[in-house]
Amino acid sequence: MSIATISKSAPYAHGTSSVQKTMFTVLLALTPATLFNLYLFGWPAIMLFTITVGACLAVEAGCLSLAGKPVMATLADCSALLTGWLLAMSLPPWAPWWLGVLGAIFAIAMAKHSFGGIGQNVFNPAMVGRTVLLISFPVAMTTWIVPHPLFSVGAPGFFEALAITFGGHLPDAVSSASALGHIKTELSRHIPVTESIIQTPALMDMLFGYRAGSMGETSAILILAGGLFLMAKRIISWHIPLSVMGGLFVMASIFHYVDPTRFASGTFHLVSGATFLGAFFIATDYVTSPVSERGQLIFGLGCGVLIWLIRNFAGYPEGVAFAVLLMNGLAPIIDQYTRPRAFGRNRKGEPLPLGKERS
Amino acid sequence: MKIFPIRGGIHPDYRKEQTSEKAIVAMPMPAALYIPLQQHIGAPAEVLVAEGELVKKGQMIARNQGAVSASQHAPTSGRIRTVTEVTAPHPSGLPQSTIILEPDGKDEWADLPEPIADPFAADAHTINERVAQSGIVGMGGAAFPSAIKLNLGEQKKLHTLLLNGAECEPYLTCDDRVMREYPDEIIDGARIMAHALGTPRVVIGIEENKPQAIAIMTKAASAFSNVEVVAVPVQYPMGSERHLVQAITGQETPARKLTADLGIVVHNVSTARAVHDAVRHGRPLVARVVTVSGGAIREPNNVLTPIGAPVADLVKFCGGFAQRPERVVNGGPMMGQPLPSLDVPVVKGTSGILALTAEEINDRPADACIRCGSCVTVCPCGLSPVEMSAFIRKDKLEVAAKLGVMDCFSCGSCSYVCPSHIPLVHYFNYAKGVLNDLERERQKNERIKTLAEVRVIRIEKATEAKRAALAARKPASDSAAPANAGEAKATTEEKANA
Repeated sequence: MSIATISKSAPYAHGTSSVQKTMFTVLLALTPATLFNLYLFGWPAIMLFTITVGACLAVEAGCLSLAGKPVMATLADCSALLTGWLLAMSLPPWAPWWLGVLGAIFAIAMAKHSFGGIGQNVFNPAMVGRTVLLISFPVAMTTWIVPHPLFSVGAPGFFEALAITFGGHLPDAVSSASALGHIKTELSRHIPVTESIIQTPALMDMLFGYRAGSMGETSAILILAGGLFLMAKRIISWHIPLSVMGGLFVMASIFHYVDPTRFASGTFHLVSGATFLGAFFIATDYVTSPVSERGQLIFGLGCGVLIWLIRNFAGYPEGVAFAVLLMNGLAPIIDQYTRPRAFGRNRKGEPLPLGKERS
Repeated sequence: MKIFPIRGGIHPDYRKEQTSEKAIVAMPMPAALYIPLQQHIGAPAEVLVAEGELVKKGQMIARNQGAVSASQHAPTSGRIRTVTEVTAPHPSGLPQSTIILEPDGKDEWADLPEPIADPFAADAHTINERVAQSGIVGMGGAAFPSAIKLNLGEQKKLHTLLLNGAECEPYLTCDDRVMREYPDEIIDGARIMAHALGTPRVVIGIEENKPQAIAIMTKAASAFSNVEVVAVPVQYPMGSERHLVQAITGQETPARKLTADLGIVVHNVSTARAVHDAVRHGRPLVARVVTVSGGAIREPNNVLTPIGAPVADLVKFCGGFAQRPERVVNGGPMMGQPLPSLDVPVVKGTSGILALTAEEINDRPADACIRCGSCVTVCPCGLSPVEMSAFIRKDKLEVAAKLGVMDCFSCGSCSYVCPSHIPLVHYFNYAKGVLNDLERERQKNERIKTLAEVRVIRIEKATEAKRAALAARKPASDSAAPANAGEAKATTEEKANA
């Protein structure tokens, strides 16, 4: 096959969008939530974040040079930076350094480059990284701590932080269960949701982020603001975020109505865990989600329903990563069944009958 | 009037302000005019003049031949230098038979056909004949012979003539200027065309970014109750025939059908003006308004250009290049054709000559697709460019065909929005070319197969006839042939004759 590269067909005009710009805008949208969380969890979080992002960039550079692709030019597309960023946000903030590095290797080398690099991966790299870590190191991955804002009383200083991140010396009595984890544990002890939910942070605290959790789980409101910013910038459309949250909210609300002692409310599910991060930043990943709007609605609904199912019936308290990965696997087939209807043809591709009005 | 939504589309940087306020000016007559025999879709015209012959302005110098063709006329008076092969205004840069005319500077008109005194009393045939004689083609860019489109009234029941004044391509302002400066001629031409087509209604669709044209045309149309000017939203590719019909009537033209099957015929506004000239004054199509624009042009303008004027002369008239253009385009930036050089003539379908800078084109080497889906969102044809291009890259053209690549009309919206700068339209044009070749090959093979079958049958028949003759001489033997075999042969024969 020979496509002449000397002279290209029209158009001889191009919009201003680029991959780099897109990724950069997503990073910008994540920045407020990230800064707030780094403040909330202090030096250990800053160290882990730096290590994870740095490791992702290093692994990307290594894979690119192994594959004989241009290293600097591809790194400049910011996609590895974004993956590292999202991976870091899905880790417990005081987790040891090797968790970030291992996650980076799984995310970039295994989930992304073994499939052929940017645009080729089936599964969301950051979520693959997180899931592998969660399954392999369940204790380290679920050791949540209550917020220790920078420079506050009892917050670790720089050197204590070194000990936490690199020495693995987690001080006692700082860990705490996440709200979702707490409810799940209490349910297994036959304590109904109606009672256990009293001990979880108030809804407003959950929303503003003063609670235990990974960096991307707290400060739902800043994540939401970032997501709305992305929509305003037309980087993402409303289809995936709304359908993810809609699917989760509707399922949770129905079952909460049926049995409030067993199932938490829809609102609780929306503000807890990584719902907002998942809906706006993870499920909307271009590469691993369907391309058509109808497909995106189906994909998002699937994610929402699966998140609810996993949170309530599976062994793990949080299900965003699993739900997104499962739906990632379905994205190609969803794409196949949700192609738009071609102009002048019906959905089967046959020409429309004459005299038929607009459908 | 209610406007219906069309799918997808983009809002490119229009850059029409470079020329939209420049009144049409005529360029001086070049030293030589190069008039290709084929400036239109269809067969090239047949040369009527010989080397050294003196011709007058408007004299027919090449006659249309075959079903789809258009004649050519001398754009000015002068001497025929020769008829030879000259580089065509086509990206291939291949030569094409061209009449070279040396103007004598007198610009004397030939004896033109008589104006049709009352075109609304004339029958459709008379008007179509005049349009055909005048060498008029669609002036929006496709250059389809207009007389053939005006004949559609005989075959189909039509209700609306839709005049396309959308001019949705960036930069181009020639239709805008013609509408602003010659509104009455356009509307008269449109009414004549509507009369020939037998359509009671004329609708003129103009994009909202041309408020002056809308106002002027509305005023000119107000005298006629059956002519209506409609403002349509600014949304590229609104000027696509099928999409304009959908925006105005809400009807979606079925695949493989024409808008005429819905009772609507679409003509460009400048074509209507050409029809007015031909019918009312007997003047053939010998000049057109060309928008000369782009960042590399020193003085962008709307220029009345004689057909056959070299692009180089036109560029020189517009002050030449302020900087080296990255690309010179015939038509608009979205769907235009790259010119192989400036030594090609302006033809009847040339709506613009754009000298674009690298910044305007904003091209970059392609990156990997990140499946953002923008191309799917903007495709006005409801196709999935991301998937089609992936299959074409792997040379799986049949799959691309199944996904509808042949329905793509190369509007360029997908390439325009692609953040990875993947030349999607280039892939589709390649696939369409190869698939068309394959289809022609298939038809040819089919024909050969049928002919071969017929030959076998013919030989069999001859042998049988011989045998029958022999049998007739020996009446004792039995020579009845099986009846159904004969039937099968008859159908194959029919196929061959069809």
